[in-house]
Amino acid sequence: MRKAVQSHATEFALLAVIAVISLFLSFATDRFFSLGNAFDLLNTSSVNIIFAVGLLVVLIAGGIDISFAVAASVVQYLAALMLGWMGGGGWISGLLIAGGLGVLLGAVNAFLIHKFRIISIVATIATFNIYFGLLMFFTRGVSIYNLPDWLTARVILFEHEMADGSWIEITLPVLVMLICVVATWVFITRTTTGRQLYAFGDNPEGARRFGINIGAMQFIAFGWLGLMAGIGGLIQAHYAQEVVPNALYGRELDVLAAVVLGGARLGGGKGSVLGCVLGVLLISITQNGLNLAGVSPYAFKMIVGAIILAAITLSNTSIEKLLPFMRQEEGRK
Amino acid sequence: MTGRESAKSGQKPLLSLRNINMTFGGVRALKDVSFDVLPGEVHCLAGENGSGKSTLIKIITGVYRPQDGAVIEFDGQTYSHMSPVTAQNSGIQVIWQDLALFPEMTVAENIAFQTLLGRWPRFVNYNAMREKAVKALARLDVTLDVDRPLKDYAIAQRQIVAIARALVGEAKLVFMDEPTASLTQSETDHLLDIVRTLSASGVAVVFVSHRLAEVLEISSRLTVLRDGALVGAYSTEGMTQSRITELMTGKTFDQTVRARNVNANPVVLEVEALSRPGQFEDISFTVRRGETLGITGLLGAGRTELALSLFGMLKPRSGTVKLEGKPVHFSSNRDAIAAGIAYLSEDRLSLGLIQPQSIADNLVISSLDKIIAGGLLSDSRKRDLVAQWIADLGVKIGLQTDAISTLSGGNQQRIAIAKWLATDPKLLILDAPTVGVDVGARAGIFDIVAKLAETGLAIILISDEVPEVYFNADRVLHMAKGRIVDQFLPAACSLAEIEAAVYA
Repeated sequence: MRKAVQSHATEFALLAVIAVISLFLSFATDRFFSLGNAFDLLNTSSVNIIFAVGLLVVLIAGGIDISFAVAASVVQYLAALMLGWMGGGGWISGLLIAGGLGVLLGAVNAFLIHKFRIISIVATIATFNIYFGLLMFFTRGVSIYNLPDWLTARVILFEHEMADGSWIEITLPVLVMLICVVATWVFITRTTTGRQLYAFGDNPEGARRFGINIGAMQFIAFGWLGLMAGIGGLIQAHYAQEVVPNALYGRELDVLAAVVLGGARLGGGKGSVLGCVLGVLLISITQNGLNLAGVSPYAFKMIVGAIILAAITLSNTSIEKLLPFMRQEEGRK
Repeated sequence: MTGRESAKSGQKPLLSLRNINMTFGGVRALKDVSFDVLPGEVHCLAGENGSGKSTLIKIITGVYRPQDGAVIEFDGQTYSHMSPVTAQNSGIQVIWQDLALFPEMTVAENIAFQTLLGRWPRFVNYNAMREKAVKALARLDVTLDVDRPLKDYAIAQRQIVAIARALVGEAKLVFMDEPTASLTQSETDHLLDIVRTLSASGVAVVFVSHRLAEVLEISSRLTVLRDGALVGAYSTEGMTQSRITELMTGKTFDQTVRARNVNANPVVLEVEALSRPGQFEDISFTVRRGETLGITGLLGAGRTELALSLFGMLKPRSGTVKLEGKPVHFSSNRDAIAAGIAYLSEDRLSLGLIQPQSIADNLVISSLDKIIAGGLLSDSRKRDLVAQWIADLGVKIGLQTDAISTLSGGNQQRIAIAKWLATDPKLLILDAPTVGVDVGARAGIFDIVAKLAETGLAIILISDEVPEVYFNADRVLHMAKGRIVDQFLPAACSLAEIEAAVYA
């Protein structure tokens, strides 16, 4: 157990913070601590979790991406147009188109970074502006409301009325999110390519000396994030039942904060899917709780910022320092 | 001495290089170099920094591509150039000086890293990796927890992980670049045993080391490079350290004991019963004006911790420090610098100098108050100050504005010393000042140290290389397990006496 706590210090710190906040909120509000609310949270966090696991892969490979959220907006718009031309389509063709377009936009980032040796933050700030500028220019900011019926119809996979009259629901976004989470976990912990990404992020020169294809690493990392951004974009359109060009603008920083909160290191080589999911959940739970407690939405950002600082400090200060019994254990070895 | 027995003449080489030329940005790094390694031998590649050793290794391992006309023969195959994958697949493994390990990954992943390679994704077989790692470590007679991340282990164990990795790769030829640079004596002995084991099992080892005693002990043959050209290949039979130095530098150096008697000088630093439990205990000594006090002992004896305490970066638990008779308590190194103590860190590359910044900026960083004119930093004062120190210490530089990383190890070290001298210290602490510095440049650094002592500076010279303190200090303290166990006067004892005590 101690070994598990030591090797997953960030995840345990996050769980502890989530537990403390949940406990506080369950006293402060009467609706927070209900299954209905828990499932609501899961439904609303799905898109961010999909983005987060994509971004995690880029961070592990030592890069960063600012452009994925507006890329997801571009994908939404293009996918809606293409599906319109095709005369409707369905979930399969929709996901293929969205995923494909996402991979393409991610590949543009990888190309710029690898071919022209532009550092990833600069390259993706540039593409962030280009993607968003193009989108606003060509759409003139006009939203699309007449989406295909299959895309706007809510898909409820499981529902159950609780004794207190509230409903618990598992919707399609949750299923897609779970698939993305599991796929990313398998990819980065169980495949050789995933481990090469870790190695590349951890020590790029060491990876290069082993003959790992650096270009391929960039394309795979940014391609994976593109794929997740595309899927996340389509799911967001489904969830919102409309495509608004600037709906996802600004989402990139929320997701980035959540992923870093989850223990991923800017600089590469470190980060876990579990930490990443917990990071997103921590922020969602806080916002949800503040909402239920009737706190002004203007205060949200401030409080979320403070929680990010607190949680990161907690996970950076090694857990042994906070728990004296573990320090003794270390001393006895 | 398995290495020596296998070095019979007439044997077909395992690796044979001819016509190796390499140019970087107009500078010829290698000129027509040839190099042979026999199967199963321990071969030393010697040369000063910048002589082309690393470039040659990178060509053999496929990191660099030599110019056309190169012939590389390995294990019966002929190549015009290598690629990292070909080199590894044919059995060439390198243990880089920086080890090229992945600290966030587990020990098992680091050792069996090759199983993670390949263009197409496969599922990782962690059990097989673990098994391979444990087996490779067992061959080296080492046990480590292979599931822990590598960052949990210290440098000596990481070194062993790097060697174990080479074994997993079915190596026929292993390059070791400065493998002992940061190991203690017993760790070094263990490593040399491992090298002998490898050699006895038919693996050829090419050893690169600045420590010539080791080179002579372990290798059967020796290839010397100077300024990118081949000087020659020699048998180590009958070879001496001074002969190797001569071949490497083209110059002869004679070492004499420089110790003087400075007992008449006033005391600068007086340390009494200084303790920091777990690191050093009950340390008492004095240093006089113009005196060079050597402190030696194995890695982990508490030398660096003691130095950091004198410099205000660690807090001693008990004991007193007096500077020119007055008790001092430093709450940070800023206080220590203000009081006149300078500390040249052990890890020059990462702590002592800011590599991408210019020579001038590095030199003035600790003495910015001296170049202020009218409340702002003055460029002309900076230039003058830098020019003066560069002339005083005989540093060879291009422009003051060149990045410090463009200088050789020896010249970087001089800039690091100049940086501290510019703060007008009373006491200069030099912690392992010759790590990563060539034989030729070392002599230059100690000339500077001697000159500084002549001007009245008190100097503490910390080194785990006994000859350095023996030849250059007036008095030598031997530290072991956090305590001062003995004191030697080089003028009145032999090098062997101190070595016997330290390495006992």
